[in-house]
Amino acid sequence: MFFIDPHIHMVSRTTADYELLALSGVVAVSEPAFWAGFDRSPAGFVDYFRQLTEFEPARAAQFGIDHYCWICLNPKEAEDLGKAREVLAEISRFLDQPNVLGIGEIGLNKNTANEAKVFQQHVQMAIDAAHRQAAGASPAMPHALILIHTPHLQDKLKGTRLILEMLKDFGPAIDPGRVLIDHVEEHTIKLVKDAGYWAGMTIYPISKATPQRAVDMMEMYGPERLCVNAAADWGVSDPLNTHRTMHEARRRGHPLPVLLDVFYNNPARFFGQNPRFKPKPMQVAML
Amino acid sequence: MALTVTHPRLARETLDIYFLEVRARLLEIAATLDRIDRSARPEEVVADPRLAFVREALAVLQSAGPERARRIEELYSLK
Repeated sequence: MFFIDPHIHMVSRTTADYELLALSGVVAVSEPAFWAGFDRSPAGFVDYFRQLTEFEPARAAQFGIDHYCWICLNPKEAEDLGKAREVLAEISRFLDQPNVLGIGEIGLNKNTANEAKVFQQHVQMAIDAAHRQAAGASPAMPHALILIHTPHLQDKLKGTRLILEMLKDFGPAIDPGRVLIDHVEEHTIKLVKDAGYWAGMTIYPISKATPQRAVDMMEMYGPERLCVNAAADWGVSDPLNTHRTMHEARRRGHPLPVLLDVFYNNPARFFGQNPRFKPKPMQVAML
Repeated sequence: MALTVTHPRLARETLDIYFLEVRARLLEIAATLDRIDRSARPEEVVADPRLAFVREALAVLQSAGPERARRIEELYSLK
């Protein structure tokens, strides 16, 4: 069984974790830009973006894993608008790097006005990026892929609603099929899927979803436009939680083609909208 | 191929598989509440909104379905 982990912060993980992922069937990882555990200077962001686009792909390649990433100023550091302006000015040149899939993980943290402003600036940047890459393209040119973080715990429901409203305000410039809204749980998954967006479920030991609840949500809301990720980082997390979720689905009796769809083909379909993403959807053939 | 919308096992099979996990988690909640009671100055948390949330969530568990998990998530959400 092959896996793609659609959201994992490998800069925080050891080389042994890369080996573990490779041994467990992971062929590609997608790493959104995120908070480092402390607030950085604009220069620190440039170093981080270089790590995501230069060093991390080389580290992953040692284990036969394709490394892709997303570039942005994360919402937790978006409160300082001056810093946000400086960081956003640096993002464009990294969007052209060969392992960059789009803009992310943008979103909201505490649902503040400044976070919302920076979120909207990022979305506009995704729209403008596509036009820049295809100079002279028509306004119908699709925007860059967008990966969105939704807030934690008690802020999640309100934040998800705000994010959906802001995206709606962009009108036809935003294609819901090119946006993945992550960290959905039972009270937000329907909002996201009903609006036509891709949804990501994050499997954490304490917060977000457990493998059992994630499979419940797959059963209740359907596997279409749904991804599962470990989002392993520097906190309490586990890079094999995607696999544990597959195991839970398997022990309930869901067949192999379905598992392949959810844990490999869905991320391949979403990311594959960017031609830089190499793995293609596959199917199980019985001999 | 679409994933089946309903859980693919019989209700009795599901109960058989998960009953001991549910029992363990209920005991963990009970023991944690006992631990809070046995801690020093328990009167300081009597009115803590987090304990009120736990009581309301337990009431959701006692209610009829569906979507108890979603209802508990909404209880814990800022309006």
